[in-house]
Amino acid sequence: MTTVLINGRAAALPTGAPGEGPWAPVGQLLQLTGWELKPEGACLGDLCVPLPAGDGFVRDGWFSLAALAEYLSQPVAHDPETQTWCIGEAVRDRTSALDPAEAPDFRLTDYLGMEHQLTDYRGRKVFLVSWASW
Amino acid sequence: MWQALQTELSGTNFQVVSVAFESRGIEAALPYIEAAKPTYPCLIDREHAVAALYGMLNVPMAVWIDEDGQIVRPPEPAGSSDAFRRMDRATGRMAAEDITELRATKAAYLDGLREWAHIGSRSSWALSPEEVRRRTAGPTAEQALARAHFQLGEYLWEHGAPIRARAHFDEAILLHPENWAYRRQAWDLEEQGKSMGPEFWKAVEALGERRYYPEIQTP
Repeated sequence: MTTVLINGRAAALPTGAPGEGPWAPVGQLLQLTGWELKPEGACLGDLCVPLPAGDGFVRDGWFSLAALAEYLSQPVAHDPETQTWCIGEAVRDRTSALDPAEAPDFRLTDYLGMEHQLTDYRGRKVFLVSWASW
Repeated sequence: MWQALQTELSGTNFQVVSVAFESRGIEAALPYIEAAKPTYPCLIDREHAVAALYGMLNVPMAVWIDEDGQIVRPPEPAGSSDAFRRMDRATGRMAAEDITELRATKAAYLDGLREWAHIGSRSSWALSPEEVRRRTAGPTAEQALARAHFQLGEYLWEHGAPIRARAHFDEAILLHPENWAYRRQAWDLEEQGKSMGPEFWKAVEALGERRYYPEIQTP
């Protein structure tokens, strides 16, 4: 079984892919990976990237996640023994609209299981500090 | 450990938010949290997601974020200094001047935090957006690939493949040797306590003249 870690989820990919690497059936792409094929390209939520035509993304009704990762310059780690793939976050390029002085938001649960979001603390001076038991 | 400061600054809008980078999950962090009885949020970050998002390469590292969500100090050691490297590893004893150095670094950092809590952007510790941008280096392609290997390693460790996990942790460390969180978490997943064992000290010694905790750039 092939597993792919992508967009914050672990997806078990069906067998029968037309090539090497991680492929998802086009019809299950959204449910498995969060990506969706639309007329404007490959979309993740509201964010769409146009795909160049005939560039090996789709074959026999399957979509190549490795081809998309390469196209988006996302790093790909692979464990051949367990057939597990991890498609990571692309390096933000210099044209990115994201300002490095703006604190990126995140959600995490606390030790009691309650969810917190960084933006819950807008209006306060936040000292965000890491620690570990190790 | 930050509770005293949170209590002291309770009259200001200062808020400690702690994040534990713990691939073992809540169980590993809980004894420490229960002992500290903190009133501030203690978040558990199994996947080291906040570490990746902010570029925190070790613990304890901190980021200061103002009322508008602007970073005023990018990741830096939260008052820690390299004097610990000279301790006697058998007894844990340190020379008087090293203890003085540790305390002075910590005290200067805490004083900076207090000043910022009280006077905000008028504190010389609060950096301008330009200075924050200047001090922030986004991940390189190699470091982004290291992160993917670390994530893959964590997943494999959680799913009963610790030997394969170790191979990907090693790959992550090779691609991003300055990331001590990768190294120490990987040792800890092999065996609790190993992250402060002989392997750790050997890796610290291999730094030679290079720093373990980057220098805190005081105003």
